[in-house]
Amino acid sequence: MLTNYIKVALKVLARRKFFTFISLFGISFTLLVLMVATAMLDNVFAPRAPESKFDRVIGVYRIGFHGENFNATGNPGYRFIKEYVLDLPGAEATSVFSNSSTIGMYHDDRKIETHLRRTDGAYWRILDFDFLEGGPFSEDDNANASFVAVITDDMRTKLYGGGSKALGKTFEADGQRFRVVGVVRAVPITREVGFSEIWVPIRTMKTREYERQWMGGFGGIVLARNRSDFEALRREFTQRTSRFVFEDKTFNRLAAGLDTRLEFAGRAVLGSQFKGNRALVFRGILAGLALLFMLLPTMNLVSINLSRIMERASEIGVRKAFGASSRTLIGQFVVENVVLTVIGGLIGFVLSVAVLAALSRMELIPYAIFDVNLRIFFYGLLLAIFFGLISGVYPAWRMSRIQAVNALRGGAL
Amino acid sequence: MIRLENVNKVYRTERVETLALENINLDVAPGEFVSVMGPSGCGKSTLLNLIGLLDAPSSGNLSLDGAAVATWKDGRLAEFRNEKLGFVFQSFHLVPDLKVVDNVEIPLLYRKTNGTPRRKLAQAALDRVGLASRIHHFPTQLSGGQQQRVAIARAIVGKPRILLADEPTGNLDSAMGDEIMDILHDLNKKDGTTIVMVTHDDRFARRTDRIVRLFDGRQVA
Repeated sequence: MLTNYIKVALKVLARRKFFTFISLFGISFTLLVLMVATAMLDNVFAPRAPESKFDRVIGVYRIGFHGENFNATGNPGYRFIKEYVLDLPGAEATSVFSNSSTIGMYHDDRKIETHLRRTDGAYWRILDFDFLEGGPFSEDDNANASFVAVITDDMRTKLYGGGSKALGKTFEADGQRFRVVGVVRAVPITREVGFSEIWVPIRTMKTREYERQWMGGFGGIVLARNRSDFEALRREFTQRTSRFVFEDKTFNRLAAGLDTRLEFAGRAVLGSQFKGNRALVFRGILAGLALLFMLLPTMNLVSINLSRIMERASEIGVRKAFGASSRTLIGQFVVENVVLTVIGGLIGFVLSVAVLAALSRMELIPYAIFDVNLRIFFYGLLLAIFFGLISGVYPAWRMSRIQAVNALRGGAL
Repeated sequence: MIRLENVNKVYRTERVETLALENINLDVAPGEFVSVMGPSGCGKSTLLNLIGLLDAPSSGNLSLDGAAVATWKDGRLAEFRNEKLGFVFQSFHLVPDLKVVDNVEIPLLYRKTNGTPRRKLAQAALDRVGLASRIHHFPTQLSGGQQQRVAIARAIVGKPRILLADEPTGNLDSAMGDEIMDILHDLNKKDGTTIVMVTHDDRFARRTDRIVRLFDGRQVA
């Protein structure tokens, strides 16, 4: 039966080439935009190198101090992460790191604008960078404030020229001279925790002032053994932070949580006060936006489908006369529409591969390579099927309501 | 096989009420070949549509093969049409996108007959109407007479007990009309298929067992 439906669908599409072109254009363009957006979101949120373990990582990226008259929100300070995140019991590893800050440095009389992040040793165990030379610095390097650095391959080219090795060489950044101990493949800026161009130990900071600060400039992450450990880790974190004592009496309430990347995005959109499942609501908002975007082409496809029904009145009458129930006809028409949208989806997919490759080449987002992997293909296919269902159900229902006797007579439907 | 008791059919619009059939009483025995005649608009096709369960009477009783069908829902009606009824229409109503053999297979699709037996049954039905060599043609590649023979093959492929033919020779010249009538007679005599045929043509009506005449929605003979 299904084979027959698909056969009929392909023949109907071949018969009305103009309608088919209009429909496929609308579907493929819509799905192209959605797939490009999905690929970009995937690039930001999906676990991939160097954040490939991030399906098991939760972190504190933002905290809030609230009082009667004043509120302050920002990145956590080193002291906050040290006291409330590092050494959380049950975690496989925990790490503290500074934000990746923009710095200007001079090398061979050239000014180079770059990004520098300060991390501990555990950072390199949680993130999995692709080392092209050497390796990461250790916790001992951090404890001893060793002036060692890991740089990206792009930074290596900027410092020492293309094709040169960097291991053991030195450079000056932020008024300090560092020795290169590792070179990694460049990371896109969309990777909040992984991105930088230079990484150096935290304790190489010029002053120890940061050790006293509760808020500002740092983040902390926790690698769980399993996702199922998240709840226990969060419970422990909440217990610890409930004992937080405000030195500044302007504030009396702390807002902080251990978030996945998606939950953090949800926190940014929904605010810290929101108590529900932030990741779920954030996904819902994204799905809602996608739905809104699909609304116009869906209406268009519904309208085209309704006019196609008029052409197929005789066929509908015949099928009913020979035993098709209304439900069977709905099934047939929905399958036909899904076939149409899946073809549109495949065209959209091919187009999105080309568009994403062009976007990657244009380097709109430094080091970001937007590729179409199986996950994106699966999302695209899901979108196409969903699009096919929502644009096919109403016309199919209308079709099934047609009286066979009217359809065969060629009268009003 | 077919029984109508005091059947009325009224078409209502916002302004007008039209009595299409009035107090029809009809019994058709198993294996009988009945023709329905009358001027245009007298209710012949309406009567056939009621018997074919494509439309419902406004009042009265209709039973087919011993079953009262008045209370049946869409699914049950569809199932009954699929198993017990076959239709032949004046304008053939073949699906232009499908090959001849695929058109003939349509009733078997809704019986969930698998691919190979379905194809064999369709080929046998086409063989019976003399079109075995045309199975891969599209309807538009055939003459009117051939298209109607395909329509008959589609109507009989599921071996229905009742065949309803609405002016099956109406769009054909007399020679082709004779061919179609020969096939219908063959089905009636050899298979015992009960046939109700609407026709305008006296010559073809006289070849049936009985003629039912309608005038202005009433049965006059």
